[in-house]
Amino acid sequence: MHRINQLFENKKDRILSVYYSAGFPALNNTLDIAIWLEKAGADMIEIGIPFSDPLADGPTIQESNKVALDNGMTLDLLFNQIKELRSKVTVPVILMGYINPVIQYGIGRFCQSCEDVGVDGLILPDLPMSEYISEYQDKFTDHGIKNIFLITPQTSDERIREVDARSNSFIYMVSTSSTTGAKDSFGEVQASYFERVRSLNLNNPTLVGFGISNKVTFGQACAHSNGAIIGSAFIKVLGSSDNLESDILQFVKSIKA
Amino acid sequence: MKYTVDKTGYYGNFGGAYIPEMLYPNIEELRESYLSIIDSKEFEQQFNALLKDYVGRPTPLFKAERLSDKYGAHIYLKREDLCHTGAHKVNNTIGQIILAKKLGKQKIIAETGAGQHGVATATVCALMGMECVVYMGKVDMERQKPNVERMRILGATVQPATSGSQTLKDATNEAMRHWINNPTDTHYIIGSVVGPHPYPDMVARFQAVISEEIKFQLLEQTGSELPNYVLACVGGGSNAAGAFYHYLDKEEVHLVAVEAAGLGVASGESAATTALGKPGVLHGSKTLLMQTQDGQVVEPYSISAGLDYPGIGPMHAHLFDVGRVKFLNATDEEAMKAGIELSRLEGIIPAIETAHAFAALKQLNLGQNDVVVINLSGRGDKDLDTYIRWGKY
Repeated sequence: MHRINQLFENKKDRILSVYYSAGFPALNNTLDIAIWLEKAGADMIEIGIPFSDPLADGPTIQESNKVALDNGMTLDLLFNQIKELRSKVTVPVILMGYINPVIQYGIGRFCQSCEDVGVDGLILPDLPMSEYISEYQDKFTDHGIKNIFLITPQTSDERIREVDARSNSFIYMVSTSSTTGAKDSFGEVQASYFERVRSLNLNNPTLVGFGISNKVTFGQACAHSNGAIIGSAFIKVLGSSDNLESDILQFVKSIKA
Repeated sequence: MKYTVDKTGYYGNFGGAYIPEMLYPNIEELRESYLSIIDSKEFEQQFNALLKDYVGRPTPLFKAERLSDKYGAHIYLKREDLCHTGAHKVNNTIGQIILAKKLGKQKIIAETGAGQHGVATATVCALMGMECVVYMGKVDMERQKPNVERMRILGATVQPATSGSQTLKDATNEAMRHWINNPTDTHYIIGSVVGPHPYPDMVARFQAVISEEIKFQLLEQTGSELPNYVLACVGGGSNAAGAFYHYLDKEEVHLVAVEAAGLGVASGESAATTALGKPGVLHGSKTLLMQTQDGQVVEPYSISAGLDYPGIGPMHAHLFDVGRVKFLNATDEEAMKAGIELSRLEGIIPAIETAHAFAALKQLNLGQNDVVVINLSGRGDKDLDTYIRWGKY
């Protein structure tokens, strides 16, 4: 069974997926952070492909993108850094990034590289569904790569069903109408949105992302879905850490507590 | 029309709507409604009335005799610099704010480079009583101070964009992020023929009034509505789109777009997208884009803030691709000299963006019977500091 499907088969709730930017805080941290995250208890790992113009991201991830690029991060280098991935990490790994670097790398070559190193899925926020269907879907499928779609509080029921029909792993529920970054807590708008999605009885499981920063928001998100994704809050920990391994352990523990 | 957008939002290989899901409902709402709104009688009446009585259209088409003598051709200037607010930008903001009202939006955001689009947006927001936030690169705020203050006098909030090169590209990123965070009550007035479909088409349609007027004015003055050449500068490409629009299918008219070469195309300090770019995706559309081999967007450079953009609109990318429009470029130095030349010969100080179009006159092999229309897209008041710093006049 595909690694992502296996995860959701084995675990139905409180799945924790953690995002970080490749090449941040230091150029060669990419693989180590994945190893330490798995050791700390993360269920899934999302590695960000740095981009110069990350327009769906808030200040924290914009900054980690910039630092990574200044460090010399490239997509070629990323695949090289994670070529030993599958001898060291067993949880599903997803790459998340904007479409332009992928286009320049070459779609076919990109899919092949993903398959070679053992990447399981992709989140490309600025790849529209119509383009995905006409240009990308077959290539992704050929290489065993799952495409993960986003939905938001503004997404209509009809479109959510369309996303569900096109998905075969999980659906990324963006918690609020916003760029990435921490919120203090979720309010009634989120509760009714989470409930609306739950009542659609979708075929795919859901993970909530954007605005999850601590135990409380993680718990709120998990109450309505199969788990949650943390990005900006983790990037902040990485950015100020003197000991990545122990701080990562500490952070994951604090979320799951 | 052969060169305009197709049903799927593409111009040949370029265009589309590469947007995150967060913006999907907004873009979908626009896509579904823009044509029926724009084509309605009510819209047309309101748009035309404001263009006439508020903007001051039609703008004159002026035969520049001394310039014509100098270059040995019949050169006509389309005086967009005489529009209210001093540039063609207001044609689009008038159209989009009426559209925003029809869509029930209460707030307006915009990005701006030179500040002309920001001023034009702040102006129509004041006119319509709508809240206005304009994103502007911090670097651009410094080099276009008078326009920053104009926007503030008009009641707009000017938000500095402090990421990246702190210019137009980054202001556009920030405006899009603002829209993601405020999707329901806000309309984003994009200032150029860039962005996800339907923006490039919508902005081109609002600017098309420029070539619509050139046609009847030229017919009146020369007996033919067809010139031999139409010249315009290109950053994102809105004034060029407007000046070319009604001539696109008239293949006998040579359309010439002039990009900013900065310190020179090969200098590494340039904004000449067609010379340096490859197909890529930025700000919601697939277009020609200045980028590294790894797909990171390159920081462009030009002396003129309005041309300092690493891409061009997807329609222009297509027109370049199929060879319908000839793309030339002019350096900072050439543009500044052309700006001074126009000032001395015709008593018109052009915006530095616009001066790039005039700099290309030297590169054309004009015959003495050739009729040339140059889109004089903006006036140079906002650029006095740059002219003064340059000093050679």
